[in-house]
Amino acid sequence: MKASGTVFKYGDNVDTDVIIPARYLNSSDPKELAEHCMEDIDKEFVNKVKTGDLIVADKNFGCGSSREHAPIAIKAAGVSCVIAETFARIFYRNAINIGLPIIECPEAARGIAAGDEVEVDFDSGIITNKTKGTTFQGQAFPEFMQKIIKSEGLINYINHK
Amino acid sequence: MGMTMTQKILAAAAGLPEVKAGQLIEADLDLVLGNDITSPVAIHEMDKFAAEGIFHKDKIALVMDHFVPNKDIKSAQHCKCVREFACKHEITNFFDVGEMGIEHALLPEKGLTVAGDVIIGADSHTCTYGALGAFSTGVGSTDMAAGMATGKAWFKVPSAIKFNIIGKPSRWVSGKDVILHIIGMIGVDGALYKSMEFTGDGICNLSMDDRFTIANMAIEAGGKNGIFPVDDLAAAYMKEHSAREYKVYEADADAEYDEEYTVDLSTLKPTVAFPHLPENTRTVDEAGDLAIDQVVIGSCTNGRLDDLRIAAQVLKGKKVAKGIRCIVIPATQRIYLEAMEEGLLRTFIEAGAIVSTPTCGPCLGGYMGILAEGERCVSTTNRNFVGRMGHVESEIYLASPAVAAASAITGRISAPEE
Repeated sequence: MKASGTVFKYGDNVDTDVIIPARYLNSSDPKELAEHCMEDIDKEFVNKVKTGDLIVADKNFGCGSSREHAPIAIKAAGVSCVIAETFARIFYRNAINIGLPIIECPEAARGIAAGDEVEVDFDSGIITNKTKGTTFQGQAFPEFMQKIIKSEGLINYINHK
Repeated sequence: MGMTMTQKILAAAAGLPEVKAGQLIEADLDLVLGNDITSPVAIHEMDKFAAEGIFHKDKIALVMDHFVPNKDIKSAQHCKCVREFACKHEITNFFDVGEMGIEHALLPEKGLTVAGDVIIGADSHTCTYGALGAFSTGVGSTDMAAGMATGKAWFKVPSAIKFNIIGKPSRWVSGKDVILHIIGMIGVDGALYKSMEFTGDGICNLSMDDRFTIANMAIEAGGKNGIFPVDDLAAAYMKEHSAREYKVYEADADAEYDEEYTVDLSTLKPTVAFPHLPENTRTVDEAGDLAIDQVVIGSCTNGRLDDLRIAAQVLKGKKVAKGIRCIVIPATQRIYLEAMEEGLLRTFIEAGAIVSTPTCGPCLGGYMGILAEGERCVSTTNRNFVGRMGHVESEIYLASPAVAAASAITGRISAPEE
């Protein structure tokens, strides 16, 4: 499994309120949530994002509210992978549970800039910055996690088991 | 090697003699919680399950508190979905308008959370019940769905940070000041993935409502849970509110901690977290001259009876400054009633504040006090992120009920002594 696309870059402590503001939580429809993804931190995100693009951020990405709507919005917006120095723990769990690939890799978070073209190989954990010609070793996705992602989430994975 | 208090609870729930930090375990759950925002997503996930049904109709709590009484048609649809699910599965602890309160104030009050429990909730402030000596942590909707179906959840056993609480707080220093001070000290990711274990002689000087406030905001330091030892005060609280038997766990003397801090309550001052992170703390005397537009006193952090009493003490016989909107939100129906019987609501209304039915409302920018561009609010809630209470150009200053009430009177961020 691989992800490949253009990078949207953010800093420390991107909270779930800016990923999907609570004023839109009266909906749980992924498409509707995706239309407001990152709205309070980056108004242009939804206009620019293409299927396969990546989000790269610094520490504590996804802090705050436990709303699963946050990774749902990111995934439904077409993002193929989120790379960060660290993730807040509830966001980390939620992302895996809904099948959104995420990788903790401080070196990659520092070595990738907005607009870079990046490829991630989930089998090896290798992150390649094609724009700068650099590579980073992230943690490889264990097989069960790749299966959760392929099954589009934990519940489908449990059902298929 | 000894275990922390959290590790002991998790070991028991996993049926293991001991666990270590980093170990992956599957634990039995005593309670699974959801609200009107997170439950519909979980119910949708449950529909995908091949197996039908829920694990236990008494061990699921569904609380309609974020956008109720329904603020719009979509919120009403969400509540309808949860109501139908609760009815279909005969869920005992379904709390709708009339019985509801803000979930983390409501469940301890109803006696549904006691020491030794393992609780997950699809709400990040589920960590509140650590005040009673329970392990409780926030999860997302999928984990909630799996928990409702199976009664189990997997956890990575956390390591811990120990906070040795000593001393006695001065008159206007409350649990909110303690936790804001700690978050200011360790940062919003200072306890990432970890337990925050509070211990020490000073704990007896903290009321149960102070402890609920402190445990509630463990998540604002990134913590997995916050937990207090069970003393006489906690035991008395549980006896008053719950018929359930509780189990007391204590950390081993040789338990290992990643870090240890001492917090001397006698040295703390009323503290304010400036925009846009709870770690941006200053003592109120360092706040400077900042004019405000709104004050919110309420939420799962500070909407309990002690909080309202303190706010009323400050507001008694005074007036909310001209041009300031002061919104008071008792956290549960019972707190509302007790506040009424004590005359607190009269104090608020005579001072020019409004009193709302229990709701999370403005805390997460839902309704009941949304901020316009450029407006400032002093709030007893838990998050001051960009856009949390309204416009992205608005500002939230987190503080105690005493500071919030004092600020409502002066129209700027003020110490209660003023």
